[in-house]
Amino acid sequence: MSKTFMGWPTFPKAAETATADEQLRANVRRATHTIRTKRAALVEERPDWQDLRDTAAALKDDVLAHLDTYLEQIEEKVTAAGGTVHWAADADEANRIVTGLVRDTGESEIVKVKSMLTEEIGLDGALEAAGISARETDLAATIVQLGDDLPSHVVVPALHRNRSEIRDIFAREMGKHGRPAPEDLTDEPEELAEAARLHMREKFLKAKVAVSGANFMVAETGTLCIVESEGNGRMCLTLADTLISVVGIEKTVPTWQDLEVYLQLLARSATGERMAPYTSTWTGVTDGDGPRAFHLVLVDNGRTRALADPVGRQALRCIRCGACMNICPVYERTGGQTYGSVYPGPIGAILNPLLKGADDPQTASLPYASSLCGACNEVCPVKIRFTDVLLKLRHDVAEGDAKVKHRAEKVALKAVEGVMDRGPLWNAAVKAAGTAGRLLPKDMNLPGPLHGWTDSRALPDIPKESFRSWWKRTEGGTK
Amino acid sequence: MSSRETVLRRIRQATADLPRDPTPTPRSYLRHAPTVAPGDQDGVLALLIERLTEYGAEVRRVADADLSVAVAHALAAARSAVAPAGLPDAWLAQWYGLVRRDAPPLTPAELDATDAVVTTCAAAIAESGTLVLDGGPGQGRRAPTLLPDLHVCVVRESQVHSAMPEAIGRLDASRPLTWISGPSATADIEMIRVQGVHGPRRLTVLLVP
Ligand code: SF4
Repeated sequence: MSKTFMGWPTFPKAAETATADEQLRANVRRATHTIRTKRAALVEERPDWQDLRDTAAALKDDVLAHLDTYLEQIEEKVTAAGGTVHWAADADEANRIVTGLVRDTGESEIVKVKSMLTEEIGLDGALEAAGISARETDLAATIVQLGDDLPSHVVVPALHRNRSEIRDIFAREMGKHGRPAPEDLTDEPEELAEAARLHMREKFLKAKVAVSGANFMVAETGTLCIVESEGNGRMCLTLADTLISVVGIEKTVPTWQDLEVYLQLLARSATGERMAPYTSTWTGVTDGDGPRAFHLVLVDNGRTRALADPVGRQALRCIRCGACMNICPVYERTGGQTYGSVYPGPIGAILNPLLKGADDPQTASLPYASSLCGACNEVCPVKIRFTDVLLKLRHDVAEGDAKVKHRAEKVALKAVEGVMDRGPLWNAAVKAAGTAGRLLPKDMNLPGPLHGWTDSRALPDIPKESFRSWWKRTEGGTK
Repeated sequence: MSSRETVLRRIRQATADLPRDPTPTPRSYLRHAPTVAPGDQDGVLALLIERLTEYGAEVRRVADADLSVAVAHALAAARSAVAPAGLPDAWLAQWYGLVRRDAPPLTPAELDATDAVVTTCAAAIAESGTLVLDGGPGQGRRAPTLLPDLHVCVVRESQVHSAMPEAIGRLDASRPLTWISGPSATADIEMIRVQGVHGPRRLTVLLVP
């Protein structure tokens, strides 16, 4: 059975194990710092970066405010172009629909393009239970799948693994699922990539059914868009007879021309490239080119729950670039799996409680997985104000809607509130940060493993106001 | 209630507090590459060449009359190449390898056993070093530009745009489009760039007037 995050420990507990793992910390640190540097260089060359961000955020807000009309438009356009649209209110329904569609084709092995949504809903497990083997084709997703592991990053899911770990996984596992790795496989990245190329090529050539997600769906035209680097996405989108795309309803953009905004932001933010090597766009089916059947499964699974939160709904702007996790001092020390979700890092800390409700101790612990340094606010290409949402969600856990007030969270909350309550001290610290910059209140003691993160001094832009004045100004986060 | 209605109803309830009127979107970002003045087509071409070369693509500027020689040169190491419908026969006249027509469509196995593909393109974007294929004449289906290991792409100077906003409006969203920005690559292993995972490992661009 494929591994899931079911029954995962709360964030502070998981962090305790993760921060003790030297190898993991080294792997995560190297990876996040490399992408960070590349991203910064490419953002630098765009004098209009802030303008692009402003437009990207505004367009997504427009999408969220009129999501019903845009989705109806997508349905109409995709149907007119020969595709079939399905609606899934939750994960179970999405899994049922996809499993049924694959069953109808009679295939028992299918190929997949990396998709966080299919991880979120546990599609692989559902297919497995129906006797269908879904093989990942993205290199990182393959490493995770072959290693019976879980993803730790939205762009580079195997970022926590180094080359020798990957070599061992390939040597041990490839043969069980198709073409084995060469006998003399070393841990050179070129050789590892070549082993993956040969292992996968065999699968692509005979694949009849492919499952994908999508980076964007264009309401105006019914066009779907996938951005990738390796060409495994193109293989799946082009060679299969049946293509099933499982897409979260928030992936919508209004018009074809609007893609120019997101395509210019995404790769720069995600991998530090101007464009990823391959972008594919398609609308329904095309005679004589590519799949003969196309199914689009529109998935809610908590998105409308997030949408109803006036402060939290901005998290649905997310285009999954991973920049917030690459910059996050907490993520850097714990890695992604600590968050107990396919969405780790700052976006995971807010998106999971918004999608699921902070009704269990694990989810309720996530809004505390932050030192509130605000670095994520600065890098997010769609301008999500993480610190606002984190504070709002902490408030929910403390006294609001959330059903669970776990002891550990109470401790965490108390510590955080202790700082928040000391108005003059907090304000002085913020002031100091404004002039001297990069300082957090010295006695901002977070419990357990969170302690120690706050001594980091490389923290740009701490929240500009106290929780109290923020709460007052925004009338409880509604303004 | 169908799930369609459920989801749409949930959306309407969740957004009841938001104004229904569309809000104007700010659009002050550049429509051209930041380093090239609008209208400077030589600058645009130079930028495309620079960006493609950075990606590891081979780029050559070729006069129309020399195109068949340049194609033969680009295909020197290939024994077989796909020629999509609409690609001028004359372009392959100087090359002595096996030309495969995609009619009737070649199977994935046949394409996998072919060394190269020669195509035209629908547009190119200088700022990101991007070639866009839309399946038009000389481009053919998507599969033939995916399985062979070498892609030779002929680009007309008039097809080169400064940046994404200039190009995207001219493309037809109803066609399946492939946007190529350098050869297939991965950085999934320790963030080290490895060129060539599943798509073509080599890309040669011939830029003609
Ligand atoms: S929240 Fe922003 S920075 Fe984080 S993954 Fe999403 S778009 Fe990227």
